[in-house]
Amino acid sequence: MAKITLDNVAHSYIAKPKNQADYALRLIDNIWDDGGAYALLGPSGCGKTTLLNIISGLLSPSKGRVLFDGKDVTGLPPEKRNIAQVFQFPVLYDTMSVYGNLAFPLKNRGFNKPDIEKRVLEVAQILDLTDSLNKKAASLTADAKQKISLGRGLVRSDVAAILFDEPLTVIDPHLKWQLRCKLKQVHEQLKLTLLYVTYDQVEALTFADQVIVMYEGGIVQIGTPQELFENPSHKFVGYFIGSPGMNFLPCTIEGNLAMVGDIKIKLNDQTAALGAKAKGKIELGIRPLYLEIHNTKVEGSVPAMVKSIEDQGSYKIITTILGNNNILRARLPEGKPSPSEKAWLRFSESWIRLFSDDILLKN
Amino acid sequence: MDKWKDNKAWFLVLPVFILVAFSAIIPLMTVVNYSLQDIFGPGQRVFVGIEWFEEVLSDKRLHSALGKQLIFSALVLLIEMPLGILIALMMPKKGLAASISLVLIALPLLIPWNVIGTIWIIFTRPDIGLFGAAINSLGITFDHTSSPIQAWITLMFMEVWHWTPLVVLLAYAGLRAIPEPYFQAAKIDGASTWATFWYIQLPKMRGVLTIALLLRFMDSFLIYAEPFVLTGGGPGNTTTFLSIYLVKVAVGQFDLGPAAAFSLVYFLIILLFCWIFYQVLQNVGKGEKS
Amino acid sequence: MKIRKRSLFFIIYLFLLMLPIYWMLNMSLRTNADILGSFSLYPANITFDNYIKIFTDVSWYSGYINSILYVTMNMTISLLTALPAAYAFSRYSFLGDKHMFFWLLTNRMAPAAVFLLPFFQLYSTFGLIDTHIAVALAHCLFNVPLAVWILEGFMSGVPREIDETAFIDGYKFPRFFLTIFIPQIRAGIGVTAFFCFMFSWVELLLARTLTTTNAKPIAATMTRTVSASGLDWGLLAAAGILTIVPGALVIWFVRNNLAKGFAMGRV
Repeated sequence: MAKITLDNVAHSYIAKPKNQADYALRLIDNIWDDGGAYALLGPSGCGKTTLLNIISGLLSPSKGRVLFDGKDVTGLPPEKRNIAQVFQFPVLYDTMSVYGNLAFPLKNRGFNKPDIEKRVLEVAQILDLTDSLNKKAASLTADAKQKISLGRGLVRSDVAAILFDEPLTVIDPHLKWQLRCKLKQVHEQLKLTLLYVTYDQVEALTFADQVIVMYEGGIVQIGTPQELFENPSHKFVGYFIGSPGMNFLPCTIEGNLAMVGDIKIKLNDQTAALGAKAKGKIELGIRPLYLEIHNTKVEGSVPAMVKSIEDQGSYKIITTILGNNNILRARLPEGKPSPSEKAWLRFSESWIRLFSDDILLKN
Repeated sequence: MDKWKDNKAWFLVLPVFILVAFSAIIPLMTVVNYSLQDIFGPGQRVFVGIEWFEEVLSDKRLHSALGKQLIFSALVLLIEMPLGILIALMMPKKGLAASISLVLIALPLLIPWNVIGTIWIIFTRPDIGLFGAAINSLGITFDHTSSPIQAWITLMFMEVWHWTPLVVLLAYAGLRAIPEPYFQAAKIDGASTWATFWYIQLPKMRGVLTIALLLRFMDSFLIYAEPFVLTGGGPGNTTTFLSIYLVKVAVGQFDLGPAAAFSLVYFLIILLFCWIFYQVLQNVGKGEKS
Repeated sequence: MKIRKRSLFFIIYLFLLMLPIYWMLNMSLRTNADILGSFSLYPANITFDNYIKIFTDVSWYSGYINSILYVTMNMTISLLTALPAAYAFSRYSFLGDKHMFFWLLTNRMAPAAVFLLPFFQLYSTFGLIDTHIAVALAHCLFNVPLAVWILEGFMSGVPREIDETAFIDGYKFPRFFLTIFIPQIRAGIGVTAFFCFMFSWVELLLARTLTTTNAKPIAATMTRTVSASGLDWGLLAAAGILTIVPGALVIWFVRNNLAKGFAMGRV
C-alpha cells in the first residue's frame, strides 16, 4: 500500500517533441493517497493508459518523477516497484494450473513452499477460486481468468498498488457486474490502493472513491462521482459524465438573465454574479436531470420544439430545439405526461452552471 | 462460432479438388497398379499380388536405407528445431534490421536444391573451397568421397545450413504474434528470462512449431537432390537414403513393380510418423483452449 | 546501436550463413583457370565473363526464363484455386470437409520420385511434355495443399461478422471477396505466394523429368554442365548466384507482408 506521487510528469512518444501536441501526456502533478480506489476516466487516446504504464514502470516518462511513499521510483523497473497490473485481456501462464499461476510471483521472489501455499490459499478464498486451484488455468472462463490475474497481484503482501487497464473489456456483460462487485469487495477487505483505467463512466463511477477525468493528455478534473456530476470543472467533464451528458447553450449575461438569442433564462443571484465577472465565450450548462420539461406553459419556462422522444424505461429522454438551433435534452420521469410537438422548459436555477471558455465559473 | 452448414461450398473447393486429384489419383492408381504386377516389357505383365510388397519389406538394402534415413531425420529434427528457435529469439524485432535479417535468413531456402549440393561440393573441396581449405589447414585430410563419417558430417552441415531458416522463419512469426502484455506481466511477476521463455514464449509457439516439425520431418524423410548431388549416395551406400534408393530401384534397375510397392510403403511410413507427431503435439496443448 | 551478447551471436550466425554464398560470389567473379590456379579469399582479378556468358548464351539464360515462367504460372494457379477453397474450409462445414482437408495435406507427404513415371506418362498422353504449363501443374500437387492450409489459417483469423455484415449490406459474394475480404488477408496471400514461389523454384526432380529442351529450368542446365567433362566452376558459380537473385527479390517485396502476415495467421 503506498502513496503515489506524480511530480511534473509528462510524456511524449516522439523522440524530439516540439510542441504541446506531440505530448501524449501533458504536465501531471498529482498525489494519490494510500488505500484509495481511483478511476482514470476518459475517451480513447486521452493518455490514461500512458499514465498507467508510467506508474507501473512499463513506460519511462520523458519528464518528471514518480514517487512511491516519497521514494523516487522513476528509474525502477516494474518488478522492483511492487505493483501489480491487470490487463485488458486475461494474461495467464497457460501451461500452469490456477495454483501455479498464483504461486508464480512468490516462487520468483524466493519464498518457501509452506509460505507460498498459505498465501495462495488465502487469496484463492478471497477471489472464490479455491475450487479451481488444481484446474488448468487456460480452461476457465474469461472472468475467472481475470480474477487469477488479479490474484497474482494480491499474493504479494507487499504490493503497493494494483493497476487495472480496462479489465472488463472481454468479459460478458452479465458477468461484468459480478466482477465489479468482487473488485469493490477486495478493495474494502484489503484496503489496497487501486487504480482503474476505463472509458466507461458507469464502471468508473461505481468503482471509485475518486474519479480522475482525463482529456487529450491532461487531467481535467479530480473528484468524487458526485462532484463530477454536480460541478464539472470543464465542459468536457460535463459532456462526458452523465447519460446523456450536460446540455450547453451559448449565451450572454445581462443582469439576472442569460440571453440565448431572444430567449431569456433566469439566473439566481450567485450565478448572475459569477456571470457578471466573466470574460470570453460564455455557455450555460444544465444537466437533463435538472431541466424540467412540461407540456403546458408554466411560470418561468421557455418554449421549445420537440424533436424526438426516447423511452428508457423508468424515464424518457426528450430532445428539443430551443430557438434556432440549440439542442437540449431533458429527462422526463415516469408517469409524467410527455409533450408532443411543443414543450416548455424550465431551468432549475440552482443547477445552472456557467462556463467561460469551457471552464466552470465558480467562487 | 459454428461454421455455416452448406454443401454448396463444394463448388468453391472443386477447382482445387480437380487439380490435385488429377495430379494425385491417377499416379496413385498407376502406382498401386504397378505394385501388384510384374512388368517385363511393354504389354507384358503378370499379376503377382503382394509379392512385391513381401520382397520390398524383406529387402535388406531397403532396411539399411530406412535405418540411415531415420538417423538422418532424427538428427535433422534434433539440431534444427532448437537451433531454429534459438536464432528466432535472437533476431531483431522490428525496423530495417528486422527486414534485412529476414531477407538474409531466407536466402538459403530459395536456392534450387541441386545448386545447394553444388555450392557445398565447391565449398568443401580442399583446393577451391573455403571450408575444405580451412579444415585441411588444421591438418585433417578432408575427403567426403571416401570417408563415410566425413560424408555424414558434410551432409549435416549442408542440411542444417539449408533448412534451419525455415524453422527460424516460422518460430520468428510465432514469437511476433505474442501480445506485449504477456511480457509485461512476466516482468511484473519477476520472471527470469528462462521462465519467460519456458512459460510464455514456448507454449505460445506450439502452433508454428508443429508446422515446422511436420514440414521438416516430411521433407527430410523425402530428401533427394541435395545429398544426391553432394555424395551420390556414397561412399558406397553409406548416405543412400530412402529416396535415393527408390530412384535407383525405379530408374536404375528399371523395375517398376518393386519400385511402386516401395513407393507405397514409403508413403505410408511418412503418413504414420506425421500422424503420430501431430497427435502428440495436439495433446500437449490439450486444455489450453477454453 | 547497442551490441549485446544476443546480437553478437546473431551476427555471427548470419556471417556463417552467408559464407557459402559469399564463396559462390567470389568464384563467380573469377575465371575457371584462376580458380583452379590459386586459392584466394576474394577475387583479385575481377571478371564478369561468367555472367556475360550466361546473359548471352541462349542455352543458359533460357533456363532462367523457363523457371520464372513456370513458377509464376504455378503461383497464379495455386493462389487462384486455393483462395475459394480455403474460404470454403474456413467458413463452411460440408460433407467430407475434414477428410478432404487432411487428404490435401497428405499429398505433400509422397516422395516426388513416385510421381516421375506416372506424370511422365500422363503428360505425354496430353502432349504436354516440355511445356511450362506441365511443370506448373505438376508443382500444384504440392503447392496447392500448402496454399489452402496457410490461407485457411489466415482466413479463420478474420471474424465472420465481417462477412455477414457485407452480405446484409447487399454485397454479392464476388464483390465482397475482392473488395473486402482479400485486403483483410493481404498478408496471408503474401506469405502463401512466398511459399509457393519457394517450393516451385527449388524443385528439381519433376521439373527435369517433364522437360527436355524448351522448358528446361536453369537448375537442370546446371546439372548438365556438371555431368559434362571439364567442369567450369566459375560459370557454375555465376549461374548459382543468379538463381538466388529472383528469390531475394521476392522476399524483399513481400517482407512487410511476411512479418505482419506471420503474426496474424494461424501460425
